[in-house]
Amino acid sequence: MGMNSVTNIGRNGIQDWIIQRVTAYVLALYTLFLLGFFVTTDVDYQAWSSLYSQGWFKIFSLLALLSIAGHAWVGLWTVSTDYIKAAMPRFLLQAACILVMFVYVVWGIQILWGL
Amino acid sequence: MLVSLYRYNPETDNAPYMQDVEIELPAGKDLMVLDVLNLVKEKDPSMSYRRSCREGVCGSDGMNMNGKNGLACITPVSDVVKNNKLVLRPLPGLPVIRDLVVDMSLFYKQYEKVMPYLVNDNPAPAIERLQSPEDREKLDGLYECILCACCSTACPSFWWNPDKFIGPSGLLQAYRFLADSRDTAQAERLANLDDPFSVFRCRGIMNCVSVCPKGLNPTKAIGHIRNLLLQRAT
Repeated sequence: MGMNSVTNIGRNGIQDWIIQRVTAYVLALYTLFLLGFFVTTDVDYQAWSSLYSQGWFKIFSLLALLSIAGHAWVGLWTVSTDYIKAAMPRFLLQAACILVMFVYVVWGIQILWGL
Repeated sequence: MLVSLYRYNPETDNAPYMQDVEIELPAGKDLMVLDVLNLVKEKDPSMSYRRSCREGVCGSDGMNMNGKNGLACITPVSDVVKNNKLVLRPLPGLPVIRDLVVDMSLFYKQYEKVMPYLVNDNPAPAIERLQSPEDREKLDGLYECILCACCSTACPSFWWNPDKFIGPSGLLQAYRFLADSRDTAQAERLANLDDPFSVFRCRGIMNCVSVCPKGLNPTKAIGHIRNLLLQRAT
């Protein structure tokens, strides 16, 4: 029953659903943390740079970046299967989205660790 | 009152059109929308719609009244009419056979998928399969569905994917059997609902709840199904 999908991130509906919910919590936490940081700190280059030099924050930022990628993958896969009924354009859009997210993740790692 | 009707007869019309009919309402009396349709049919016998019990039990006359789905027979004109105008359209999203009559095949196909019958391979007891009052109570708010299709045809996810998303009505029935203490096929039922479309196209916008003429809550049932799938998966 249903569509046998290989382009979605999870293997089934419940996995997609859990990924979307968990990544949403991570992104909410990250956003709240950054908001708190901006409110409580007089943000200049020094403060910004010292925040991003800490190992735990690099990990937190990478987690948030991976969460955006996972969240967007589930969301855009859903949108594409809702609105694009022809298989080829749908696959091309999904592939393009996945490629963009992959680039963002690798680029983000380079930025975070100064590679 | 001005009644604007969706008309389409595939044998004579190239495209659907709206027909305006002026209807004289009896004074001091609040008619049901179905009564208005009957008055229209007296004027124009070619007007087609489904109706049977005329008391909200059979689920035949689901239609879109001034933009909201409901049963014409139990919807008072005063509830839906705006600026003395009543717009009647067929249930959205399903193919129109003629005028307000839609082809419900897809809707029934989704209903069939959820195995809407009790599955129990244990030998039947001498008299009947007993159920405690508490277990019976779990079926309240589920068994009352009359399959009028008002909810599923109000659901955008069902509009986009009527072949893959089961829809609020079918899912309410899916949970009605998942929740039944006498049913032994829960694992099989859940395995059939696990794909990305059948249940998970529900985005929780609750159109189904706002239109259900029986006051049922498919969104809540879908939440219960998701919890069962979650328990099974983790």
